[in-house]
Amino acid sequence: MRVQFVLSEIGIGLRRNLTMTIAVIVTVAISLALFGSALLIRKQVEAMKDFWYDKVEVSVYLCGDASQTPSCGGQAVTESQRDELQAELRATPQVQEVFYESQEQAYAQFREQFEDSPDLVENVTAEALPESFRVKLRDPTEFEVVASAFNGRPGVEEVQDQKELLEGFFNVLNKMQQIALVIAGIQLVAALLLISNTIRVAAFNRRRETGIMRLVGASNLFIRLPFLLEGVLAATVGAALASGALVALKAVLIDGQLRPNFPVIAYVSWADVLWILPFLFGTGILLAGLSSFVTLQRHLRV
Amino acid sequence: MIRLEHVSKSYPTSTRPALDDVTVDIDKGEFVFLVGSSGSGKSTFLRLLLKEEVPTGGRVQVAGKDLTKLSHWKVPALRRSIGCVFQDFRLLPNKTVFQNVAFALEVIGKPRSVVERVVPEVLELVGLEGKTKRMPDELSGGEQQRVAVARAFVNRPMILIADEPTGNLDPSTSIGIMKLLDRINRTGTTVVMATHDAAIVDSMRRRVVELADGKLVRDQTRGVYGYGA
Repeated sequence: MRVQFVLSEIGIGLRRNLTMTIAVIVTVAISLALFGSALLIRKQVEAMKDFWYDKVEVSVYLCGDASQTPSCGGQAVTESQRDELQAELRATPQVQEVFYESQEQAYAQFREQFEDSPDLVENVTAEALPESFRVKLRDPTEFEVVASAFNGRPGVEEVQDQKELLEGFFNVLNKMQQIALVIAGIQLVAALLLISNTIRVAAFNRRRETGIMRLVGASNLFIRLPFLLEGVLAATVGAALASGALVALKAVLIDGQLRPNFPVIAYVSWADVLWILPFLFGTGILLAGLSSFVTLQRHLRV
Repeated sequence: MIRLEHVSKSYPTSTRPALDDVTVDIDKGEFVFLVGSSGSGKSTFLRLLLKEEVPTGGRVQVAGKDLTKLSHWKVPALRRSIGCVFQDFRLLPNKTVFQNVAFALEVIGKPRSVVERVVPEVLELVGLEGKTKRMPDELSGGEQQRVAVARAFVNRPMILIADEPTGNLDPSTSIGIMKLLDRINRTGTTVVMATHDAAIVDSMRRRVVELADGKLVRDQTRGVYGYGA
């Protein structure tokens, strides 16, 4: 009797308040979808860090004929300078491996990288590209040690950390995550106010029923439960929609668009997406329950 | 059953207290009329018994419990032992007669089997056995009040509180309601009824407690509505 009674009360309440309920569901869904996206971006950054930090190298570019850097002295690196640099790089404790890349190898890689833009390839010759040492570090964060030791050395044009290029990209992603979180927060506040208002209207609509319930000695919990569950149910539906949106994002945007077009990048896995979904439901249900409870304390005298 | 000891009640919005040092003792099974003009404190008196209000001074005891010390979560249990009837019936317009009475049992968690056994019994007691499927707006005022009495009594409370139950009814219908309350009283239920209806008080010859400006001015065992009547 109890369960059936509470359920039918919830049904009556939701139907009576249909427009408000839809508004609650939509705001909760948008807010949680953004919250989920923010978590997904964080996961994406982690995935890319794991993937790239393994592969990033420090490039020690050597002077060419046209180098302007003072340490080059206006001439290309000599053979003895090159041998000395290579020996010293090998002797540096932070360095794991050193590869030499000649101008021809650099050119070959360049052509491969830009095979889609033949105009660019045509205008570049092997002589325009610098020869370099590709240095793999034991710990990718120890770039500074290598940079300070080799920058400005005779025959070295520039020491470049590929990680820095990635950091720029990660910064963009982090900014996106922050923006998503801020909007999610604002939406969440709006959702809470809407839930609170919906319940206030519902409590007002049913003041006859609740008045009689109070008089005949129904417990506080029993009087409040239908209202509380209404808010929680709407939030749960919102969380389900947000989960659907995240799954669609992963399936359509990441797996359908990004992965075929940029296959070299690591992407968030389905496990990452599934890991986020319980957070969406938890956040939605907890906040809806809380705001319902606070509203009922204020507007449903028992 | 009901004991008020030097009870006072002031509202923050009024300078004059609604109740001023009232002491009344009502035994189990008594039938008591609470009379007095509007604003004399009758409603406050009844609200104190339900712990809808808390006295600003003195002690209220109902069914052996000191309401001034009763904790918040025990109030529902108190109200289950008290039935209430009002001048405006307070029925749910979208529920049938049966559902209105059943509602009082459902919301305190009684199982369906109890509801289906007890509700027809009490509807028969109030004389509405043929109208269980009617909606409240299809009934006369007297019949609606009978539904309200059935709802108040369905849980077999120890006390029945009636706040001007005949206030909206014509005299002949009122007599029917009074007969019903009298029958309920004979089952051992204590009845406290606030009223303006002099004819009813005079004809019943029961205990009369009169309030004026919040003070107890009369407590007579077989009283009438006014002095000198």
